[in-house]
Amino acid sequence: MIQLEGVNKHFGHLHVLKDINLTVKSGEKLVVIGPSGSGKSTLIRCMNLLEKPSSGKVTVDGVDITAHKALVAKVRQSVAMVFQQFNLYPHKTVLENLTLAPMLIKKVPQAEAVKAGLAYLDRVGLKEKANVYPSQLSGGQQQRVAIARALAMRPKIMLFDEPTSALDPEMIQEVLDVMVDLAHEGITMVVVTHEMGFAKTVADRVIFMDDGQIVEENSPQRFFENPTHERTKSFLSRILR
Amino acid sequence: MVGPFAWFKWEALFRDWTVFAEGFKTTIMVAVLSLALALILGIVFGVLGTSQWKLAKLVSRVYVEFIQNTPLVIQVYFLYHGLPHMDVMIPVFAVGVLGVGVYHGAYIAEVVRAGIDSIHKGQMEAALSQGFSFWGAMRHVILPQASRIVLPPLTNQAVNLIKNTSVLAMVAGGDLMYRADSWSSDNLYYGPAYVAIGLLYLLLCLPLATLTRRLEGKTGVSS
Repeated sequence: MIQLEGVNKHFGHLHVLKDINLTVKSGEKLVVIGPSGSGKSTLIRCMNLLEKPSSGKVTVDGVDITAHKALVAKVRQSVAMVFQQFNLYPHKTVLENLTLAPMLIKKVPQAEAVKAGLAYLDRVGLKEKANVYPSQLSGGQQQRVAIARALAMRPKIMLFDEPTSALDPEMIQEVLDVMVDLAHEGITMVVVTHEMGFAKTVADRVIFMDDGQIVEENSPQRFFENPTHERTKSFLSRILR
Repeated sequence: MVGPFAWFKWEALFRDWTVFAEGFKTTIMVAVLSLALALILGIVFGVLGTSQWKLAKLVSRVYVEFIQNTPLVIQVYFLYHGLPHMDVMIPVFAVGVLGVGVYHGAYIAEVVRAGIDSIHKGQMEAALSQGFSFWGAMRHVILPQASRIVLPPLTNQAVNLIKNTSVLAMVAGGDLMYRADSWSSDNLYYGPAYVAIGLLYLLLCLPLATLTRRLEGKTGVSS
């Protein structure tokens, strides 16, 4: 579904991704963990080309999106992203946030888009907030709306870039619940997170990144119980206290 | 000794009111059309100024700096006196629209660019990630948000634009300023002529300036 081959990314003198090779299978739930600055956000942002790799090839759903003149916007329609800072459209109501892209990009008729939008809002438990503006919602509610907005495009792949890192602790669980619920479906998920509990329960595979490289990858069980690499061990001992 | 504002001079002015009405009409038409042109240029070059594409950025920069740092009068002289030497003849009305429109387009481009820059970059990323093109994201996500911030300085630009249409007087443009000049150079009744047209400019600009202040109050921008 997603394939990265020899991907490098430089920001000026910083070498943020170092020759990354990674394949995400259809329906797989992949969790990416690692210390801040390890390149995990850059990695996930290469998967929808919000970051353009300095070299290497990224293939998504059979399309080489790093190719010259690739139809990136077309591919992005089926690759939804949920951001750390939510990035809801503040000038639109909650429901309009969900219907904007389906109506304008996929040309879904308004009545149909509204119906689907309300259904997705219901799913994240926020149907009654359809007509308020994002600024009137709590952080947790905003992120649930952002997930519903992502779902409204009926994506094949969902990318989560630290979706709970900007939330107050008491709001993290409500967002994780929605994500766990999603994971029970066939959708392909790549999740950058510090939530180890989520990784343990949901992931098919966990990769640990440090210093721009994938240091270790394994099933969550073996990853957490039997980490092989020194850097993984020290990271886990710091985070799992 | 007859004063500059003697009553009979005012009588002459009211007798010839159609001269000034014609000028008023021309000024309004030039202002409206050049404002439309300035908005189009301003939005296009303002957006280009924020784009990742280096060439677009450079083109926008050159336009803005060149126009902002040369006098409007010279730009209008170029259109009126310069272009005919290259066998390009444009009617004086069009010189006004083009000259004033291009001039204020450069200022509006800067206003638009600053407005776009003030929108968090996550908004563009969210729109792109949903499959919007750059221009689609601009139109549906970025510009509607930027427009609220940009509106007060934009109305301020409209006020300046109206006043600057008076540059047309220097190329016999038939606008309000020109009519006052030519009418009073015939009869030397300068006093009433300039006071009258000054009030007419005020009539156009004051409501816009008031609107600017209202909008600033609304968006929480204070001067």
